[in-house]
Amino acid sequence: MNKTWNNKAWWMVLPVVLLVAFSAVIPLMTVVNYSVQDTFGNNQFFWAGLQWFEEIVNSERFHDALARQFLFSGLILLIEIPLGIFIAMNMPTRGWALSVCLVLMSLPLLIPWNVVGTIWQIFGRVDIGLLGATAAKLGIDYNYTRDIGDAWFTVVIMDVWHWTSLVALLCYAGLQSIPQAYYQAARIDGASKWAIFRYIQLPKMRGVLLIAVLLRFMDSFMIYTEPFVVTGGGPGNATTFLSIDLVKMAIGQFDLGPAAAFSLVYFLIILLLSWIFYTVMTNLDKQGR
Amino acid sequence: MSTKQTTKSSRITRQGVVMTLYLIFLLLPIYWLLNMSLKTNEEILSTFSLWPHDLTFQNYMTIFTDPSWYSGYINSITYVLINTVISITVALPAAYAFSRYRFLGDKHLFFWLLTNRMAPPAVFALPFFQLYSSVGLFDTHIGVALAHCLFNVPLAVWILEGFMSGVPKEIDETAYIDGYSFGRFFTRIFMPLIASGIGVTAFFCFMFSWVELLLARTLTSVAAKPIAATMTRTVSASGMDWGVLAAAGILTIIPGALVIWFVRNYIAKGFALGRV
Repeated sequence: MNKTWNNKAWWMVLPVVLLVAFSAVIPLMTVVNYSVQDTFGNNQFFWAGLQWFEEIVNSERFHDALARQFLFSGLILLIEIPLGIFIAMNMPTRGWALSVCLVLMSLPLLIPWNVVGTIWQIFGRVDIGLLGATAAKLGIDYNYTRDIGDAWFTVVIMDVWHWTSLVALLCYAGLQSIPQAYYQAARIDGASKWAIFRYIQLPKMRGVLLIAVLLRFMDSFMIYTEPFVVTGGGPGNATTFLSIDLVKMAIGQFDLGPAAAFSLVYFLIILLLSWIFYTVMTNLDKQGR
Repeated sequence: MSTKQTTKSSRITRQGVVMTLYLIFLLLPIYWLLNMSLKTNEEILSTFSLWPHDLTFQNYMTIFTDPSWYSGYINSITYVLINTVISITVALPAAYAFSRYRFLGDKHLFFWLLTNRMAPPAVFALPFFQLYSSVGLFDTHIGVALAHCLFNVPLAVWILEGFMSGVPKEIDETAYIDGYSFGRFFTRIFMPLIASGIGVTAFFCFMFSWVELLLARTLTSVAAKPIAATMTRTVSASGMDWGVLAAAGILTIIPGALVIWFVRNYIAKGFALGRV
């Protein structure tokens, strides 16, 4: 759509700008303010320069949380993307079966995040949870509060449970947009199932897949509530991801300076990712129109 | 002919098996929660049963009769509704501007909105707490609603822009030629055209505000405490009342489950910010 140049349109976006400025820019300025100052209490602040940033960027605690974060995001992408594609290709294409699948698959997406945590906290418990009790009966030593591997398994499977449907629904939308003529042409050429997937379905899903990867990566990058409810970041610090660590530092220990520097480094990473996301989306929009 | 028939039916079976297994995987944990919510605590802790032998609605009764529980639901619904109304109201004209006009800095503005949708709430928890305490918004419904605007307003703008771009511009121009003022055109003609889009946006604003816990918990103490926070605190205080916890969890799933049918075809679109 060709749009007309009209600077008066600013009046229409002004309410949004003011509102988001109040809820985003002002708080962020507070963070910037704290990140360059030091305090000994009594609301007395001293200029600290870039001291906190150096401390955070060089601290092992931050490196470990960042490494765990990338490991987690990488793991769930490796599982959710292929699984989501696979599910999308097996979904019914019409009728009541499709409606039932859509409704049931959307259910986990709409559950409050702390309840997702609660569900898996209960589900995995050895004494009262179905998963934990079954594992115990089968003789598997499974305990997510003590064993690091089990804690990771629980957190990852919880995320797969929570979000794979989103990937599947996005891929399904991509598959739906492929005209039947493509499949007919492929059948005439005697293409194998793999060839159809590789040369028709996958290229046609490229757009939605990119969106799915980016959305899942970003959202898993700021995950807080679900693992916090299940493991509380433990055992030890084994499942302490960036957000959990930040909240511990800011609200638990009230280390304002380091927490603010942490926030800004974290936010810069997110900003970079958002920019990639935006570039991909606008390119897709251009191709689509 | 017969071979084709068999391959076709066997393919359907394989699809059916895959989908059934996946749906069981999705529903089993939810079923377990429902199962527990209908049991007494004694049954939960003493016997391991796949369905409640001693069916009880006592856990739900506890929630509906104890003000500290049901006020959590009222608080959550209050700030979620306030947030939804604010988000849609400010996002409608902005989305229209983005979908119809080019103006100074529009692309940067659109990108800046996106960064707020992607911003980790953990970064904002502490400054929100201090800012809202200093202006008297701490522990109020409107405070939480404003905080949730951080991610819901950008979401609403992006989704609505997606829907509005699907409406041909000729409709606007025809209406102006027919002598409609902008206000009348927008409310009488344009909004009915994108009614489904507004409904979907409202649903997603409701949902994302409903599922968020970190900001809602940080910004409240008593008067506006959301149900999610009630769940975490009561559990640690009363020594694990599993049945009531499960019942509270089930009740938080219900709002989503009630409207899911109407938005089932838009779920992917909403999560992908209107870009699918």
